[in-house]
Parts: sequence; structure tokens; C-alpha cells
Amino acid sequence: MKFINYLESITGVSIYPLIALIIFTSIFTVVVIKTFATSKEIISEHENIPLD
Amino acid sequence: MSTNIERFAYDNKIVKQFAIATALWGAVGMLVGLIVALQLVYPALNFDFAPTTFGRLRPLHTNAVIFAFVGNGIFMGVYYSLQRLCKARMWSDRLSAIHFWGWQFIIVVAAVTLILGFTTGKEYAELEWPVDIMITLVWVIFGLNMFMTIIKRRERHLYVAIWFFIATWVTVAMLHIVNSFELPVSLLKSYSWYAGVQDALVQWWYGHNAVAFFLTTPYLGLMYYFVPKAANRPVYSYKLSIIHFWALIFLYIWAGPHHLLYTSLPDWAQSLGTVFSIMLLAPSWGGMINGLLTLRGAWDRVREDVVLKFMVVAVTAYGMATFEGPMLSLKNVNAISHFTDWTIAHVHVGALGWNGFLTFGMLYWLVPRMWKTTLHSKKLANWHFWIGTLGIVLYAVPMYWAGWRQNEMLTQFTEDGRLQYQFLDVVNGMQGFYALRSLGGLLFLVGAIFMIVNLWKTATQGSFQSNEETEAPALAKNYAIHGNEHWHRVIERKPVQMLVLALVAVAIGGIIEMIPTFLIKSNIPTIEAVVPYTPLELEGRDIYIREGCYTCHSQMVRPFRAETERYGEYSKAGEFVYDHPFQWGSKRTGPDLAREGSGNNKKSNSWHYNHMADPTSTSPASIMPRYPWLHTDVIDESMTPAKIRAMITLGVPYPEGYDQLAVEDMRKQAATIYDDLKLSESSLLLGENGLQPNQEIIALIAYLQKLGRDIEVSNTTKTAAK
Repeated sequence: MKFINYLESITGVSIYPLIALIIFTSIFTVVVIKTFATSKEIISEHENIPLD
Repeated sequence: MSTNIERFAYDNKIVKQFAIATALWGAVGMLVGLIVALQLVYPALNFDFAPTTFGRLRPLHTNAVIFAFVGNGIFMGVYYSLQRLCKARMWSDRLSAIHFWGWQFIIVVAAVTLILGFTTGKEYAELEWPVDIMITLVWVIFGLNMFMTIIKRRERHLYVAIWFFIATWVTVAMLHIVNSFELPVSLLKSYSWYAGVQDALVQWWYGHNAVAFFLTTPYLGLMYYFVPKAANRPVYSYKLSIIHFWALIFLYIWAGPHHLLYTSLPDWAQSLGTVFSIMLLAPSWGGMINGLLTLRGAWDRVREDVVLKFMVVAVTAYGMATFEGPMLSLKNVNAISHFTDWTIAHVHVGALGWNGFLTFGMLYWLVPRMWKTTLHSKKLANWHFWIGTLGIVLYAVPMYWAGWRQNEMLTQFTEDGRLQYQFLDVVNGMQGFYALRSLGGLLFLVGAIFMIVNLWKTATQGSFQSNEETEAPALAKNYAIHGNEHWHRVIERKPVQMLVLALVAVAIGGIIEMIPTFLIKSNIPTIEAVVPYTPLELEGRDIYIREGCYTCHSQMVRPFRAETERYGEYSKAGEFVYDHPFQWGSKRTGPDLAREGSGNNKKSNSWHYNHMADPTSTSPASIMPRYPWLHTDVIDESMTPAKIRAMITLGVPYPEGYDQLAVEDMRKQAATIYDDLKLSESSLLLGENGLQPNQEIIALIAYLQKLGRDIEVSNTTKTAAK
């Protein structure tokens, strides 16, 4: 019943960290690039939502 | 395109209810904090009464402030802002009411069970399993109500504040469920599913992210709503908020292991925690800068407007705490700060400054608006601001100083290479700092009472409107996309997609940190000499947990000369494999106890007996509470077989059928300690019936004498083999 037993059976688990780092780096890069490419009008529309 | 204007009303009643709960529980939580602070100055304030001892009140303080004060503050702010940002009333008034009363019920049950000693012994997650289930249910109700409101909204796009609310909801759900895996033994007793190092990792993954996703992200969401509202101008950079949001939630989840530097946690996990903590500085400061620069061109108003004053200090405190956090996760800084009052200073800059002041700012902004009036007294509010700020300074500065001094004294060696100070010398040098800190806490509490009076008077002079009538165009069902749509707008329209993405972002960090630790056996080298607790030791350990000993004593010797000299060999991961839950602690108001039963630290049974009855009898000027009830209350033997069975289920290698023999074994071991105690000439006639072999103190002594003994046996065997 030890928790460890459930996870021991996963093969190739060492790839997990690598996949995660790739996911993080790529998502983060895309977020930054896309964000800076956004037009001013759209941003202005959004940032005024609480004040409407 | 025809616009169909719809009339509806915002529900202000639920906001009012949460506002009242925030203010009242805030005062209670702060008052308990003041009491525990004073107990360290005047130990007599423990009253020799179990429910009022430090070990039970300290968890009550932390839980009250986090889940009752800040928790209600979150719900107050979310219920107000979400309705306006979605241009929709909360989906279900009934769910709102169940949420409110359910949460208040949980708080009351939590307070009662904690002071009665029902605790899981895991910091900020002390509540026992039935309360954990109640929390889950109420959290789901809150989530359902929130998501349905978002789905039924009249505003196409989800403003950044809502993303923070969504991330908060999903991550807190995940953290709470994973960390609360426990095996019930009875209605109010359970054992953590995890043991030792794994338990520590899960706990601090939870503990750190409770700070991140209960004290930070929801409040950042509230900052993104209330600061622009109070300043009457949009947030400084919406682009920054997008990057800040995704980076923050992705990075935060990895940083938990920085609470376990130099412990028995595998090195790679420690390094991972450090790296991500340093990276976290960027999005944290992104948020702070965004909050502060929202006031660009409005700084003149900060002088006049008390709401803005509170908010500016709150955001500044957030910036200070989130700069300090990454610094504290550097191993060389952590070596100094960990286990000292520096940590206490750090968390209070966050709790008093960031959470406290932002909550006060929100309350001062909300109450006059909801009661359709102006603030009763600006002067009193200004007094609150200054007295509260002074309170924070008077709290934090002595604690930083105390933390530094504790480290300096504890690591000081004489010329001939011996430790210069006893632990008690350090404790005795702390009284002034603790007294000043209490004064700081008192000022903060007095300020909060000023606020309660002020807001009460404001409310009585105004007239509350439960339903605030408004109107907005209905959301067109068929949304026409014009040209090249911005990528993030797609996500912003879809709350469920947002929820899934946020969950993916936060789950990755947790999975990567935890799976290898659970998976690879070599991460936790077993030590042959480490054997499971005897039934008596297990009962003693449960008493140790019940009395909250972990709030002042660690069980983790770090690999530093000053620590190995003082306590003995540094702690190994393999020593804790039977510890459900782990009891490493996070603060040393008293000395480490990992080697209490071995080496130079070992004391006689009668020393422990007298020490628990009156700590000053063995350690003059000790500030530890007395535990007289341990000398009269008897061990509940009826629970022992069930406890052994639970441990077997969790993988502790007791022989099959041992649960039936456990009580007999327990009595035998108790008899040996009893016989030994009888031989000593000390005052053994405490309590009505004098010394008895079935008293709780016997079990606790058995447990304390076990600490570090196995590793000593292991070393003796090795030496003999050579």
C-alpha cells in the first residue's frame, strides 16, 4: 500500500523533467513574443474593463 | 448587430457578510497571535492548561490568519469584483450562502479541534480529515459558483484579475487534496499517507504554494481590480500582467524545496527549489511594479486617500517579501535564516504588510460604497494607517535582529573549538526582542480595532443596499472574429480552457519534483538499524504531535559543524522512513530534538519527567510551557491496535498480527520506564494519583528517548565491525 509502489512501475520517468523544462521554456517564449506583438487598441480595451 | 440591454442586480449582501467575517476573524487571529507572542515573554500565560499552551495556540493563530482572515478577505474581494468584471450577478445566491456559512462553520470547527489537540502535525495543514473533506466541499461550491458566473457573464473578455482567481481555485484544490492524503484511524485522528522525506517534500510543496496561491495570487487578482479602481486609472501595463501571470503561476509551484535546504531532502530537489525561487523574483517584481506604477501621475492623491496609502504599503511590502524570498532560498543565506526568527520576520512582512494592508484598503474602499455614504472618520483611518505601519516595523525589525543574533550565538565557537553558548543562553537573550515584537503586534491589532469601529460607524450612518441595480448588454452568442485576433483573447474568452492551462502549468512543477522522490528507491537510502516505533513510542509520538511540539522544536540536524557539535550526527533521509507525518519543524524556539535520546544529549527518564512538569526545574529560565496534564492523563490503549494496523497499511513493517500484541508490549515497555522513574529521588508524586505506568508522560518519555537512538546503534555496530 505504500505510495512509492504505485509510481515505481512507470518506465522512463527520467524524461519528465526534460519534457517539463521544454514545455515551460517554449510556452514562456511564446507568451512573451505574442504579448509584445499585441496592438495597443486591444490592450487598452482590456485594461479598462474594471473602470467601465 | 442589435444590443439587448439586460437589467440585473449585483449581490452586495454576500460581500457584506464576507467583509464582516474578514474584520472579525482578522481581529481574532491577530489577538491569538499577540497571545502566543506574549507567551514567549511570559510563559505563565500558557496557564498550565492544555488548550491555551503555545503548541496549540500557534497553529490556531496561523490557521486563523491565513484561512479565516485572508480567506474571507479573498472571498469578499472576489464576490465584489467578479460580479462587476463579468457584468453578472453571482450565478447562485444559494451557493453563495452555503459557501459563506460553510466556511464560517469550518473556521469554528477548526478553532475548536485545534485547541483540543486534534491535529495532523503538518504546518498550515493541521486540520484533521473530516475538516479537510468539509474544506474540499466548500471549495468546490465556491468554484462552481465562480465558474458558472464566468460562463454566464456579459463581458466577453476575462480581465486579468479573473485569471488569478481561476489559477487560485484550481491550484489550491490540487494542493489541498494532494497534501491531505491521510489514513483515518478514528473520527479525529489520522496519519499522513506519506512518510519522512516524501512527507516533507509534499508538505513544503503545499506550504510554499499555500503562500503562493492562497496569500499571493488571489490578492494579486484583487490588486489588479482594486488598485485601478481606487486610483481611477487602468493598470500600468496590461502586457506585463499577461507575462507576469503565466510566469508566476508556472514558477511558483517549483520553489517549495527551498524550505528544506540542508535537510535530508535529495540535493537535486533542493537545487531545483533554489533555481526556481531566484527566477521567481522576475514575475513577482513584475507584479509589484505593475501595481505601484498604476499610480503614476496619481501620487498626489496617495497623500490624501487612505485607501491608496494602505495599497501602496501593501504592494511595497509584497515587493520586499518577494525580494527577500529568493534571497532566503540561496543556500548560504538560508543557512543563517532557517530555524530562526528571521523566517518569522519575513512571513509577517507578507502577512501584515501585503495581506493585512491590502485587506484594510479594500475594506475602507468597499464599505462606504456598499452603504452609500462616506467614511465616518478619515482621521481615524489615518491613525490606523500610521499605527499599523509602525506596528509592522516594530514587529519586523526586532525579529530580523533576533534571527541574526540567534544564528550568531548558536554558531559561535570558543578559541579551543567548543560551542560558546548553550541553547538556553540564546533563549534568554531573546526576551527584549520578543517583548518589542509583541508591542508591534499590539499596535497592529489596535489599528485593526480602530478600523472596525470606523467601518461600523460608517455603516450605521449609511444605508446598505443588498441588491445593486445595474444594466448591461447581453453577450452576443455568435461572436464574430474580426481579422487576425490576438492569441490571448482566445484564451480569455474561454474560462474552462484557462482553468485547464493553469492546471497544466502548476501541475508540471509538482509532478517533476515529486515523482522522482517517490519513484527512485535510491533517493531514500534505508538504514538497517532504523526500526519502527514501539507501540509506546508511537503513542508518545502522537502526544508530541498533539501538543504541537514541532512549533518550537525541529528534528533535523543540518550538516554544519555548529549543529553536529551541539546535537550530534547530521540527519539522514533513511532515519525518517517510518515517520507519518514527518516532524522536522521549521523554527527552533527550543533546541533540535533529532538526537534527544542519544549521545551527549541523552537525559535520564526522570529529567524528562521533571522537565515536562516544570521546564525551569531542569532548565532555569526556560520559556517552555508546563505540561502537568501529561502526568495525570492516561494513554488511550483502546486506539493502539488501530494505530498499528494503520501503520501496517502505510507500509511500516510490523509483523503480521502485531496489532493484537501491541498493548501488551506497550505495557511492558511502560513498566521499565516506570520502574526506572521510581528509583530516582525526584518529585515523582505529581498529580492526584502520583506516578502510574499508564500515564501519558511515560509514552512521551519513551518517544523522546527513541530519537536518534537507531542511528547511534547503527554507528556502534559499524565501529564494532571494524
